Order: sequence, then C-alpha cells, then structure tokens
Amino acid sequence: MQTIGDNLLSATRIDKIFPGAKALDKVDFHLRRGEVHALLGENGAGKSTLVKCLTGAYRRDGGTILLDGVEVDPRDTFNAQKLGIGTVYQEVNLLPNLTVAENLFLGRQPRRLGFVDVAAMNRQARALLENYELDLDVTRTLDSYSVAIQQVVAIARAVDLSGKVLILDEPTASLDAHEVEMLFRIVRRLKARGLGIVFITHFLEQVYEISDRITVLRNGQLVGTRDTATLERRDLISMMIGRELAAEIRAAREEPDVTGPVRYRFKDYGRKGHISPFDLDVRAGEVVGIAGLLGSGRTETAEILFGAHRADSGAAEVDGKTVQLSSPRRAIAQRFGFCPEDRKTDGIVGDLSVRENIVLALQARRGWTRPISRTEQNRLADHYIRALDIRTADREKPIRLLSGGNQQKAILARWLATEPEFLILDEPTRGIDVGAHAEIVRLIEGLREKGMSLLVISSEIEELVAYSTRILVLRDRQHVAALEGNRITADQIIEAIASANERGAA
Amino acid sequence: MTATLKGYALRLLPQIIALAAILLMVSFVFPGFFRLEIQNGRLYGSLIDILNRGAPVVLLAIGMTVVIATKGIDLSVGAVMAICGAVAASSITSGHSLAMTLVITLGTGILCGLWNGVLVAILDIQPIIATLVLMVAGRGIAQLVTEGAILTFNDQGLIFLGSGSFAWLPLPVIIWLVFGILVALIVRKTALGMLIEAIGINRQASTLSGVLTPVLLIAAYMLSGLCAAIAGIIAAADIKGADANNAGLWLELDAILAVVIGGTSLLGGRFSIAASVLGAIIIQSINTGILLSGFPPEFNLIIKAAIIVFILVLQSPPVRNAFTFLALLRASRKPTERQAR
Amino acid sequence: MKPKYLPLTATIVIFVLSYALCAAQYPNILSTRVIGNLLTDNAFLGIAAVGMTFVILSGGIDLSIGSVIAFTGVFLAVVLENTGIHPLAAFAMVLLIATLFGALMGAIIHYLEMPAFIVTLAGMFLARGMAFVLSIDSIAIKHPFYGTMKGLYYKLPGGGRITLIGGLMLLVFAIGIVIAHRTRFGTDVYALGGGSATAKLMGVPVGRTTIMIYALSGLLAGLSGIVFSLYTSAGYSLAAVGVELDAITAVVIGGTLLTGGSGFVAGTFIGILIQGLIQTYITFDGSLSSWWTKILIGLLLFVFILMQKGIVYVSRSERRHA
Repeated sequence: MQTIGDNLLSATRIDKIFPGAKALDKVDFHLRRGEVHALLGENGAGKSTLVKCLTGAYRRDGGTILLDGVEVDPRDTFNAQKLGIGTVYQEVNLLPNLTVAENLFLGRQPRRLGFVDVAAMNRQARALLENYELDLDVTRTLDSYSVAIQQVVAIARAVDLSGKVLILDEPTASLDAHEVEMLFRIVRRLKARGLGIVFITHFLEQVYEISDRITVLRNGQLVGTRDTATLERRDLISMMIGRELAAEIRAAREEPDVTGPVRYRFKDYGRKGHISPFDLDVRAGEVVGIAGLLGSGRTETAEILFGAHRADSGAAEVDGKTVQLSSPRRAIAQRFGFCPEDRKTDGIVGDLSVRENIVLALQARRGWTRPISRTEQNRLADHYIRALDIRTADREKPIRLLSGGNQQKAILARWLATEPEFLILDEPTRGIDVGAHAEIVRLIEGLREKGMSLLVISSEIEELVAYSTRILVLRDRQHVAALEGNRITADQIIEAIASANERGAA
Repeated sequence: MTATLKGYALRLLPQIIALAAILLMVSFVFPGFFRLEIQNGRLYGSLIDILNRGAPVVLLAIGMTVVIATKGIDLSVGAVMAICGAVAASSITSGHSLAMTLVITLGTGILCGLWNGVLVAILDIQPIIATLVLMVAGRGIAQLVTEGAILTFNDQGLIFLGSGSFAWLPLPVIIWLVFGILVALIVRKTALGMLIEAIGINRQASTLSGVLTPVLLIAAYMLSGLCAAIAGIIAAADIKGADANNAGLWLELDAILAVVIGGTSLLGGRFSIAASVLGAIIIQSINTGILLSGFPPEFNLIIKAAIIVFILVLQSPPVRNAFTFLALLRASRKPTERQAR
Repeated sequence: MKPKYLPLTATIVIFVLSYALCAAQYPNILSTRVIGNLLTDNAFLGIAAVGMTFVILSGGIDLSIGSVIAFTGVFLAVVLENTGIHPLAAFAMVLLIATLFGALMGAIIHYLEMPAFIVTLAGMFLARGMAFVLSIDSIAIKHPFYGTMKGLYYKLPGGGRITLIGGLMLLVFAIGIVIAHRTRFGTDVYALGGGSATAKLMGVPVGRTTIMIYALSGLLAGLSGIVFSLYTSAGYSLAAVGVELDAITAVVIGGTLLTGGSGFVAGTFIGILIQGLIQTYITFDGSLSSWWTKILIGLLLFVFILMQKGIVYVSRSERRHA
C-alpha cells in the first residue's frame, strides 16, 4: 500500500448518489506528485462524476479528499482552484468573446489607480504564454483561435491559478495529431515541474504515450489502478468493458437462424467529419451490434442511418428500392425508429406526460390532422406501461419525474408504438439499474424473434455478445471488422478493438 | 371524460379565483357592478363592457399563447394591429367590398406572421429579436398606408364589426368567443396542441421523433399574425377609423402579460388558451374595475405591476423547484412505486 | 482586422456614407449648428442607451427605461413645485431612487431566476404607475436654476452650441467606454454575456454583477430623466413612452449583439447619431414623411441582425477550417 506521503491528492471511499442510481461507490483515487495519471472508463462509468466531486462541482455523499496531506472540502470549482486543483474541459470553459489576456486574468486583472492596466495585463499574458511555446496576439478574442490553442490557454490559466493538480478532461477529443503532440509537450513540462496531472481520454494510444499509471472505473466502481508500463492493452480493454458474464449468456442461447432476405442495404454511406463511408446490410430478424470505444463513430453511424445528419455519400435501399433518408421524418416514413444516446436532450420531452411521450412519434407520423383518439392513446400507453413494466404512478405523470431506466423504456415504447421494422438503439442500457438492464436485453431478443431488424450500440461487451447476430467493430470513425456466428465472443471483440487501436493498423 | 373536465377546471381554477376575487372587490365599492339590462336588443352593464373592451387583448393573447408555447415570443402584434387596421380602412375607402377588405386584411396579418416565422424557424434568429424588427418598422408601415392621417371610413358593415351586436352581445365579444373556441378546438381536437408543446419543451427531441418543427413554428407565428389582424379590424371599426400611431400601442405587452397570468411559462411548453383568455379578462377587469370604483386610475399600472410580480414569483424556478421537490417527496412515499420486482 | 471590430466598422461606414450623401444634398447638414442640435436633441436618449448597452452586453434587456425617465421628470417637477429643495438636492434624491429601483430589478432577475424581459416589464408598469400617482398633469418647471443650466453652453466655431445636456451625454459616453474597457466590472459584464455558467466557473461574482448592471441602467435612466426635464422644462407622466425601444435599436445598430457578450459603448453612440441623422434628413427634406424614420430604422435593424448572423456563421466555419 502507498503511504500518504507519496500522494499529492488522495481521495478515499468517495460516494455519490443520484436519485435512483449510485454514481460512485466507495471509489479510491490516488495521484502522485509529478505523474500523469489516466482515468479511464466508458460513458457512465463515473469518471466525470469523480472529477466533479474532486473539483467541488458536485458535493460528494461520502469519503475524504486529502491534498498535500491536508483534508480539503472544495465548495465549488472556484474554491477548488484556489486550493490548488484546476480543471480543463473538452469544451473549453473560458469565454470565447473575451480576449486571450482577459481570459487569463479575469477577476485578477492588474490595476493602476483602480483602473485595469490593459498594457500590463497584455504584457503579463504574453510572458505567461511564453512558457507554453505560444506567441499569440493576446488582444484578440479567444474564439479567433483554434480549439487546441484555446485548450492551452485554459491550461495556462488553470496552472497559474492552482499550480498543484491539473485535471484534463478529454482535452484531445477535437485536436489533430500535430496539436496533440504540442499538448503532450506541455503536459510533460508541467509534469517535470512536479504537478500531478489527471488525464481523461478515450484514445488508448494516447494513454500509453503519456501516462504513468491508469485507474479504471466501471459502473461507478473502481476496477483497479495499474502501472501503464506493465498493463497489456487487451487487459486494459477488458477492465474497461468487462467480459465476465458474456460467455455464459451466449452459451445458454440457441444460435438464431438469420437467412432471411436483406431488407436494408447501405452502400458507401458516410458523412465527412462524422463517419467514413461504409457498407451495411441488415436482414429481417437480425440484431447488428456495434462495438467500439467512445468516439469511434458509433453514434455517428446511427445518426446518419436515421437521417438526423444527412449522408453526403452513398445510397440507401429498403427492400431493393432506393430511398432518401435526409431527415428523421423520411426515415420514420420507412418505418425506422431511433432511441438516441442522450436521453435528456434528444429523447424525452420532459414536461409532457408518459402517455404523450409514448404516442409522440406515432402522432408525428400520422400528421396533426389525424389525431390519435384519447381512448387509443390511453390504450397504447397502458399497453406499453404494462408490457415494458414502466414504473410510474400513472400514465399522466410528467416523464421527467421518472427514473432513467423508466424514461428509457418509455422512449422505447414511443418507437414500438410506431411498429417499426428497423430499430436503432444507441446505448439503450446506459445509466439504468441492473433490473431494467436485463429487461431491455430480453426485450431486444423478443423483438428479433418477431422478425424486426435491429442495430444496437453498446459499451457493454457482454450485452452485445448476448443478443447480437453480427457485430461490427468501429475505430477512428471507420468500420474495421465484422464478427459473425461463433466468432462473436468477448475475447474476439476485445481483440478486434485492441488491434484496431494499434496505430496504423488499418 | 369527466376526468378530463375535472382536469380543465383544476387548470383554470387559479385564474377563475383571481377573476372572481377582483370582480367581488369591485362590486363592493361599486354596487351596480353586476347589473345587466337589455336596451335595443343588446345587453348593457359593466360586465359586458369588460368583455367588449377586452376584445383586442383577448384576441392577441390567443395567438401569443401558441407562440409562447413554442418557446417564442411575438413583440410585433401591436404594430401588426396598426398595419391591419390601416389596410382595412384604406381598402374599404378605396371601394373594395367588405368581404374583399376582410380577406386582404386577414391576409396581411398572416403575411406579417409568415415573415416573423421565417426569421425564427428558417434563419434561426431569436424570437425576441426577430419580432423586434416588425415592432419597430410596423408602425411606420401603418402610417405609410394611412399617409399619416387618421383614416376614417363610414362603411356600416365594417363599423358593425366593432360596435354592432348579435344575440344581445356586442359583436367583438361574439368574434373573440367564436374565434377563441375555434382555435382551442382545432388545437385540442387535433394533435396540434401536443406537437406544439413538444417543440416548446424540447425542439431537438421533437425533430428526432419526426415532428415537422419548422412548419409548426411558422404556423404559430402566422396564427399570431391572424389574431393581430382580427384585433386590428375590431379596434379600427370601434373608432370608425385607422389610427396608425395609437392602434394596438403596447398591447403586445398586455397580451404577453395575459399569457403569463394564464400560467403558460415563458420558457414554452404546456399552454392553455382558455387560461390566457381569462388572463386577458383579468387585466381588463382590473382596468375597468379601478375606473369604476372611483380609485384614481393612476393606480392601475401599479396594481398591474404588483400582480405580475406576484404571479411571476409563483412561477419562478426556485419556487417551482420547491414545489416539485415536495411533490417528489410525496410520490416517493407512495408504496406502489417503491415496489421492485 | 479583428472580427470583433467588424460590426462596429460596418456601423461607422454606414454612418459616414449616409452623412456624406446627406451633405451632398444639403451642405448645411455639415454645420456645427446642426451637429450641436443633433447632440442636444438626442442627449437623453444617448444617456439611457449607454445603460442599455451594458444591460444588452450582459445578455439581458431593460424595458423600464422610458418609464423611469418619465417618473424622474414628474418627481422633479412635483418636488420643485411643492418644496423649497434645491434642484441639485432633488437630482441626488431621484438618482438614488432610480439606482435602487434598477438594483431591485437586478436582484429579482438573479435570485428568482426570472427572465429580464418580464421583470423589467413589471418595472416599466411600476415606474410609470408611480409617475401617474405623483401627478397625471404635465407640470412646468420654472425654477430659476433650470434657466441657469439651460443657459450654459460651449460655443463652437460656426455658431453651433454644445449645450450642457449635449456635453453631459458625451461625458457619459466617455465614462461608459472607460467602465466597459478599463474596469474589472466592465470585463465581468462581457463575461456574463459570453455565458453566465462559464463566467461563474471562472469566478465572476454573477449575482453582484447582475445587480450592478441593472442599477447602472437605472442610474443612467434617472440621469436621462433629469436631462429630459431640462430639455423640456416640464415633468409629464406620459412622456418618453417607447424610449426603451429607441435605445435598444441604437444599441443593435451600433453593432452590439442582442444575445450579449460582444459590442462597444462607442458603437451605441454611432447608433444614436444614425437615428438622429435620419430624423435630421427628413426635417431638412420637408417632403418626406416622418414614418420613413421608423421604416428605415426597422430596415437597418434587420440588416444588422442578418449581418451579425452572417459574421457569427463565417467566423465559426473559418475556425473549423483553420
């Protein structure tokens, strides 16, 4: 075990409870002086919740935080900054409309006779940025610079203000290789100065390039902390996405027979900056699982299939006929359905009742002049509340008051009510409790048996193995591998993701 | 069915209580307040007066409710009233038939709404800014039509719309009653109401569910333009002329206020046209009531301000969150929901 | 050029061009007399518009300005008519009331998280109502000190005059520019307009700044009311109706984004001058009807909104391809 003396920042047994879910369950996290420590896990694993507890953005429900051996309790982000913990997010949390210098010195601008000494401020800003290999016109507004430079400005501000711990939350998500190099040079320099750096990312090769140790979270629990040098890539991936249950579930199932006709054919389908062109055939009674790490182009694939973003290359066919899927409406007319990943912003209509949320897509397809009668709405709502076991006091309750799992089931019900023939589910089991999780997996099985075509995206590998008849593996916004039949095993998927993650593997 | 009726009644209860309280208070200081009498086949009395005087704001509030439900706002309705009044007057004085005049005027209002709607839905300009353009320019356009003068007319048909009566009621009252019921029926008996609420609450999720968002947004602003046109005709017919400077002046603020008193949130979503109409009647009752009760009319605005502040505080996020929290507490105690299988 | 100067530059170019066009037709428009009058006639609007600029820069709006001006005028008229208080003392009192009134609105907006639009709408009714309660008649102000102040002016070569109130407006603009660009408060205002959640994360005292912004707007509306009462020598509760709309228009034409965070106090000054110029031109012309002012200003507003939309769009896509 480590002694406290080694550690710059020590968080022990951190708990965080959200209504209906335990987001962090007694998580330990220790950061040494002068190390880069990668914090990994899929979406919903608890990474950002942990960071928010460390920076005071959330109040934790249990556990202690020691900084330099002294117990601290950051009240808010600003307070954490004063204590010495600075954070830089992927969406740069600076003000795009202020100048670079103003962003660096907001709230502590040098003053002379009570007035801001702009010349001195700009001079100090330039001096500060020299440490970061940046020679900028600090009087220009921040939004006139690239995200990479904004990122560095944010780091400069955070380090200048805090100076002990620097948390980088997905800093490289929108940077190109050259910019990543620049960022890493800066990170190494700060490390040499003795800062403790927490690095959150979903690019595994960057983890291996820059980090000294790795901590993995999964479902709000600590999976473990390892030295980067001795951790195999495939071991890391199985720490992140799990594989324990997969084989058993798969073994208990009969191999489904999918020899029906191809119903949906996408040729050379793609969109610049979102997903490289790919080919995809989907048969009736088939579940196509999409595997890949976060940011690999999973959601982007779903979005262009559904017309949420327009494809700029390729063609789509339904039952042999060419179709235009330029908007969700068009896709729905072809009996597509889509449960989006971000339930809150893309899925639920919070103030509407469970009933209205369930009938929304069906009503939109029928048009406003042909309302679904109230009796029919009630019948549909009651049917799905019963069939999917949506736990709500009654069908008129606003959907925002339901728990995440029940909201997810209601969105599923919304699409089932349209009697779709091709259903796209993006992370249908994210952030919901174990019971609801199993029910949704069973539901997917049931729909497939009835002959529906499904495309399911999930970070949970055992889940994909359980219900997929075919699995596509994505990497760097490309479809890189397809697994079928008895090749669908957790090991094979992890192998495919890992090899695909080697640089230049494709 | 009885359940829905009960639901409607509950929804309107705060507004009905407020209205009743105001009317009762007025009747204490002005004893003849509730008296109604029939002269020349028409009802007369303070209550009828409130319904009649309130007509323009009621009409504007109907359109404004739908616009606000989409998370928008329409600042231009007062100016559009002036434009439409001017168009009606100039059309009738240049010899067009009454029917033709009405078609042209209502068409003008709808066109104004189309302009606002396109700015909001297609060019994606914030509603408050988009409708500011027509608010500023509109009165100038109205003056352009009337050439700066008060354009008077004596077409009995048009005047009848403002001061005539039918079935013992002043015609403006009939018009807003019929129009209001019509709009409420269309919105609630079709799926329009639900789709509009869905857009106002979560535009992104609605679009992903296949709702035709831009078309519905534009339609909402067009309805608001139509309402302003009808209000403009009534206001012009009432004074037998079009006053480009004063017709509908600041009525957009009264209309927004009526919607807010009606309990529709400025952040969009759930709306009730009936409640907004009640809101407009409440505003007119305050105006008329203060006048009748011998209170100096100068207190009118202060009382109005006090009422807005009171209603707004009740609707404000911190207060509402407190209520939601209480509701959640109560819900979590219900055993049915705690049952896990 | 830095993109943040684009809207301001466009405003200045439009102003210079239209001024040149006017001057080509009516050379008299160049005289210092016309310029002096332009400043005097728009002094109260200009002062109020400085406050509005700060409010809009922070992403808010203040609809109460016109009513506060009217209230101030009536308050001064009533106090000066019925008491022996010196006008300067009355000025101090009314400025204090107007500032507190603004601060109260700011506090409601911040603590009750209510839209500025509706809070200041209530403020608009309240201030106008208070004016009515004080007096519904137009009261002339005959205090000799008013005469003294109206007699103060700086004579320009060519016979033009910078009157006390015209000069006061220039001073307010100058102070406004200093506050916006040379104080921490000024930067905080821009920060709020850039995004209040981020500003809060960066340590901007959001509540205090919001209250100060609306207090400043109230103070300047009060000052504008004093100027208006000097200009008209009267207090009338129905005066200055719709001034908030003119002020908003001047701010937007001056190149400030209505969504907040970007713009200049100096731009608002040009916005005021453009509005004044259109009116002056129409007066000079004589045959053009006054309603063209409104239509032209509405049109300008539309052009500016479109232009700002375009600039935002272009700068975004430029950065993406950078």
